[in-house]
Amino acid sequence: MTRRVLGVAAVVLAVLIFPRVAGTYPVKLLQEILIWGMFAMSLDFLMGYAGMVSFGHSAFFGVGGYVAALALVAWGPGVAAGLLLPAAAAALAALVIGFFSIRVSGVYFIMLTLAFSQMFYAVTFQVGWLGAEDGIVGVPRPRLAGVDLNGLTAFHVYVAAFALATVLVLWRIVRSPFGHVLRGIHDNEARMQAVGYAVDRYKLLAFVIAGTVAGVAGALYAQFVGSITPEAFLWRTSGEALLMVIIGGTGTLGGGLLGAAAFILLQSLVSSYTERWMLLLGLTFIVFVLFAPGGIVGALRGRIGLRA
Amino acid sequence: MTALLEVDRLTRYFGALGAVNGVTLAVERRERRAIIGPNGAGKTTLFNLITGHLAPSGGRVVFDGHPITGLPPHRVARHGLARSFQRTNLFSRLTVLENLRLAAAADGRGSYRLFGSVDRLTAPLARAREVADAVGLSERLDETVARLSYGEQRQLEVGVALATRPQLLLLDEPTAGMSPEETRRMTRLLAALGRDVTMLIIEHDMDVVFSLADRITVLHYGEVLVEGPPDAVRADARVYEVYLGTGDGA
Repeated sequence: MTRRVLGVAAVVLAVLIFPRVAGTYPVKLLQEILIWGMFAMSLDFLMGYAGMVSFGHSAFFGVGGYVAALALVAWGPGVAAGLLLPAAAAALAALVIGFFSIRVSGVYFIMLTLAFSQMFYAVTFQVGWLGAEDGIVGVPRPRLAGVDLNGLTAFHVYVAAFALATVLVLWRIVRSPFGHVLRGIHDNEARMQAVGYAVDRYKLLAFVIAGTVAGVAGALYAQFVGSITPEAFLWRTSGEALLMVIIGGTGTLGGGLLGAAAFILLQSLVSSYTERWMLLLGLTFIVFVLFAPGGIVGALRGRIGLRA
Repeated sequence: MTALLEVDRLTRYFGALGAVNGVTLAVERRERRAIIGPNGAGKTTLFNLITGHLAPSGGRVVFDGHPITGLPPHRVARHGLARSFQRTNLFSRLTVLENLRLAAAADGRGSYRLFGSVDRLTAPLARAREVADAVGLSERLDETVARLSYGEQRQLEVGVALATRPQLLLLDEPTAGMSPEETRRMTRLLAALGRDVTMLIIEHDMDVVFSLADRITVLHYGEVLVEGPPDAVRADARVYEVYLGTGDGA
């Protein structure tokens, strides 16, 4: 336990001092990893713990991003516009989409969530005041307690704080009575019903929690890039998060961050040599699914287990 | 005082086949009632109709004065009616203690708590230990289901139902597939349960039936053929003919 706390503290410290020792590009890469890691962790919470494999998680990432972009452009750089409103909007979207989607499971759940996210894509792609295919550009970063987040280090600390908060909040939820109910639903939904759980309500709450975290990640992403496009809603956004979770390790939370790191590093390193980085990514994915179904975290645990 | 469970002309058709055909029965508080009948007599279908796993084509179910006909399974369970399944139906990735604790916490109190460790929810934990004791698994609390023997899994199957503190326990062939030794153990466990839990039990093993039941209902082709105390049922010629006489399970 103390070793784990020390380990987490060491990682947090390393992330925080990273801007002191590294150049602008690596720092931005790390910020991107943290934001995508949050998004992937929210999906892992949904699929790894509640057993709901969604292929439409981009809907909430996109809603968070778009609402943040619209609000920050319209009302200036406030925290309410940059974070609270996007989080609330994503939660609401998850409530509505979840209400319909949790009625079905398995492939039908995947298809329904996918359809909802693609609807958002289709709408943002066409509606003029949402910028249509160009999206919304010139998104300012919020000011937080008088601190200008345009500076590299300030924004870095801001993103790192949210990533850490996501880890801590989801980690606690997973170990809470509610998290325990989700494990039961994942394991045997019918028996959960038979002993008296209103399973749909728990699933909906899990869906809303995951959607809200994804919305915050989307809002941070819009602030990071300074713009948001309909691509955020595209199935590829959901698919990439899914890949990150599987590469990192499903049902581990931390795997989302590691998977995001592997994915984004691979993308940035390989794409500077060849256009075919997707090919390498595909091969990586196949290797993981076949030989390390527990992902990076599972492989690491196996190592530690062998050593012990 | 009315009966705890009243089933009134309950009917379920599968196509033209009346799997359960106008079954009426009443189970009194504290009673131990066995339901027997040849395979395909509609015993499990009757359970599924009572617990909301199947919607009836007709008839009604009243439990403890509340109409529960057609309610979904989790609402039926909340009324204090728990069931075990013929085919073991557990949380296979969880431990014995976790299985029982989940069931004990199914009243929903505290289950929506997002923060704070699950270990601090003390009432379900205490109930889980109590039930583990009652079903003979107190030495196996931290084993996952996969590591239990078949007999132990069947004991846990009953335990999960019992952990919800039901007024009525519906047991669907608790000794199915068990060795004679395991069957005797299960029978002892069931006999030792307090009378405050009313019991409705489907069972093929006649030794189990006759050592547990106060009354027996015999189903045949979805209808009640005979109902009465064990001795009367044993002596009934019709029962002998359709059930015991076939050699099925006797």
